[in-house]
Amino acid sequence: MTMTIMFAVLFYFAAGLFAVGLIYRIATYARTPAPLKIPTTPAPRTRFGVVMLMAREVFFFESLFKATIWTWIFSAMFHAGLALVLLRHLRYFIDPVWSWVSFIQPFGLYAGFMMVAGLMGLWARRFFVDRVRYISTPSDHLMLALLITIGISGLVMKFITHTDVVAIKDFFMGLMSFSINTLPSDWMIYLHLSLIALLMIIFPFSKLLHAPGVFFSPTRNQVENSRDKRHLSAWASKLDSGK
Amino acid sequence: MATEIKAPPYRVFNIAPAVVPGAMADVKTFVASDKIQENLGFPVFETPDWHDKAIGKMGELLGKYRSLKVYMDACVHCGACSDKCHYFIGTGDPKNMPVARQDLMRSVYRRYFTLPGKLFPWLVGARDLTREVLDEWYNYYHQCSECRRCSVFCPYGIDTAEITMAAREILDSAGYGQKYSNEIIGKVHAIGNNLGLPKPALIDTLEGLEEDTKEDTGFDIRFPLDVKGAEVLLITPSADFFAEPHIDSLIGYAKVFHAAGISWTLSSMSSEAGNFGMFIGNYEQMRKIALRIRQAALELGVKRIVVGECGHAWRVAYSFWNTLIGVGDGGKDPYAIELQKQLDHRYKQPMHICELTWDLAEKKIITFDKEANDKHIITFHDSCNVARGSGMGDTFGGQFEIPRNIVKAVANHFHEMPEGTTHEQTFCCGGGGGLLTDDLLDLRVKGSLPRMEALQHVVDAHGVNFMACICAICKAQFTKVLPYYGFDRRLIGGVHQLVSNAIKLGDK
Ligand code: HEM
Ligand code: HEM
Repeated sequence: MTMTIMFAVLFYFAAGLFAVGLIYRIATYARTPAPLKIPTTPAPRTRFGVVMLMAREVFFFESLFKATIWTWIFSAMFHAGLALVLLRHLRYFIDPVWSWVSFIQPFGLYAGFMMVAGLMGLWARRFFVDRVRYISTPSDHLMLALLITIGISGLVMKFITHTDVVAIKDFFMGLMSFSINTLPSDWMIYLHLSLIALLMIIFPFSKLLHAPGVFFSPTRNQVENSRDKRHLSAWASKLDSGK
Repeated sequence: MATEIKAPPYRVFNIAPAVVPGAMADVKTFVASDKIQENLGFPVFETPDWHDKAIGKMGELLGKYRSLKVYMDACVHCGACSDKCHYFIGTGDPKNMPVARQDLMRSVYRRYFTLPGKLFPWLVGARDLTREVLDEWYNYYHQCSECRRCSVFCPYGIDTAEITMAAREILDSAGYGQKYSNEIIGKVHAIGNNLGLPKPALIDTLEGLEEDTKEDTGFDIRFPLDVKGAEVLLITPSADFFAEPHIDSLIGYAKVFHAAGISWTLSSMSSEAGNFGMFIGNYEQMRKIALRIRQAALELGVKRIVVGECGHAWRVAYSFWNTLIGVGDGGKDPYAIELQKQLDHRYKQPMHICELTWDLAEKKIITFDKEANDKHIITFHDSCNVARGSGMGDTFGGQFEIPRNIVKAVANHFHEMPEGTTHEQTFCCGGGGGLLTDDLLDLRVKGSLPRMEALQHVVDAHGVNFMACICAICKAQFTKVLPYYGFDRRLIGGVHQLVSNAIKLGDK
């Protein structure tokens, strides 16, 4: 029961920090003006074109594809795997489970392996490519270690130790309606959950901000129409007078 | 640094070099004197409170530029950019990898502006802004030509140029300015152009040009200066007035105007297209320099503003003039409104000289004798600021097609350099962004390596003997560095130099 309470508190704290931190960050990005037109050209000349470009960046990592194929492969494995795993995890938080979430369950299984393999590949680059080794900080390594441990602990529960997923679902459904149901006492789930809480806590303070950041990057989200439409930010417009 | 400057050997395979830490650590461009700094209203070095000023400026810029704010946070150190910079390829210095160059600032950002950096600096690679760090900034932020090649490959579009500009702005606010750029900006404010050519010298040069072209062609081709009521105001880099091969393109523009019967003029007050305010990341300076052009346009009563062959000038004109001075869609202050009424909006404002020439060629208003260029086997170097910072025409990628169309219309032999070195992936000449100074010659020679490799490829494969471009900095840089790689310096020239050779003047 102590463990249950501790995890309940931890998850309220982590979720709160995650939400507030992320909203604050996004609000800062949105509020900070972009005074000049700086799309990396040639860029789309319409809003719709920009939306398409952004979709290609977010779903296919188009620029990364042009840059280095190996990083792209590992990165795609990791992110696609992560996305599937997270969607699959929705079943712990909704009841009754939506039909499409049930539908993807079998795919999600392999996605866990794909995600971990991708992460390992990305990590290998940090050791074997001298340029990437040079730029890696301890936090870069730890971030990968963290995600790999989350992934492996999940896979271990799934395939080796097994855990009481129904009780876990009860626990999280309970948290969402502010009541506390007992969490199964199982060290693997303790590990999985503590690290997930840690991930949520560091999210708004770390490079994981690349996920919201990409949408606010002026070189990617601006329309190339500088001659046809005047672009002016608030602080720049104050200078806008005189001969 | 008495060692002789040598070109690095070509790479056997087109892959990134092994890192050589510290290879370029001592390369330091000359620092601006107190006089140069004061001239621009910047503090001088070493101001006792440089540290607080720098951090204060950084905070200010983080609030003013979304690019800087997002780019400081978003990088995941994935390494996509790490082998994309020509200075890294040429020098092997890992701090010339775009990500590492950004990290010089990101480390300080983390220390002063983020929680993890304040609590656990060692964990996230955060560090205090010390004198050593400031020196490192100075050296390496003046080894970036702001060419934006890295931003093409970054999955978040992080543009190192934005960070270099911010860094230079911060350095200036701490009094640590670069001699080359800041001296030039002073000259523009005082005289009207980067070279400091006063009006009498301009008149002299232009009259000489009229005589020479008369001798060459037999036609009275005019090079008008300060002519009120002309149709077109031509804003061109001042190097076009006297440097080789730039001047040949100036002759080309004059012939185009002559053949098309368009009245035009240069302005002695505003005789510079270049805008080094962009290089130092200073909005006010950039705006002040651009305002001279608006003033000239108003005083001369022109209907159109056309920009000559200059890369970063075209970026400023195409992407920023509308914002800075209301040339384009028009501004709201009285002068912008007046200018907006004066300009002829059947034409793009501003217009690139290549847009003008190609439009005339398409309409057959000007015609060419292609054989006149038969001695030239031509390739085209996309200048970085045109390729990745601007556009031309109304179509996606017009900045690539229009100059190539002109080259193909005026000459018979044209060959592209290898894929991955042209269009939006073009390599900078190695001298852009305020680095075109002799105290950085070593860097410039090394930085041109990838372009020279690509050029060598078409020289070997097709016997190319002319590399056309549309940038004054590219022209000056290549003229200087080509011999280091065993090429003739006259291999570089302007697109309008080729136009000049082929355009038919009389029988039209
Ligand atoms: C809009 C959503 C997202 C996009 C477009 C995106 C895109 C990218 C790209 C292009 C990279 C660089 C390539 C690489 O190193 O893998 C990357 C790296 C990374 N992403 Fe994401 N990402 C997103 C969401 C997330 C989320 C939600 C997480 C974490 C839970 C995450 C974790 C990471 C990590 C840890 C790296 C660095 C990998 C390394 O160390 O090499 N990403 N992301
Ligand atoms: C509060 C949120 C989470 C809860 C309650 C949770 C719970 C679980 C449970 C109970 C399993 C075992 C599944 C089974 O035995 O059938 C599991 C597996 C797994 N978890 Fe999580 N997890 C959470 C978040 C995450 C996150 C954020 C990641 C990734 C970064 C992740 C990655 C995995 C992986 C890869 C597996 C194994 C494959 C699979 O079953 O999909 N989990 N998780």
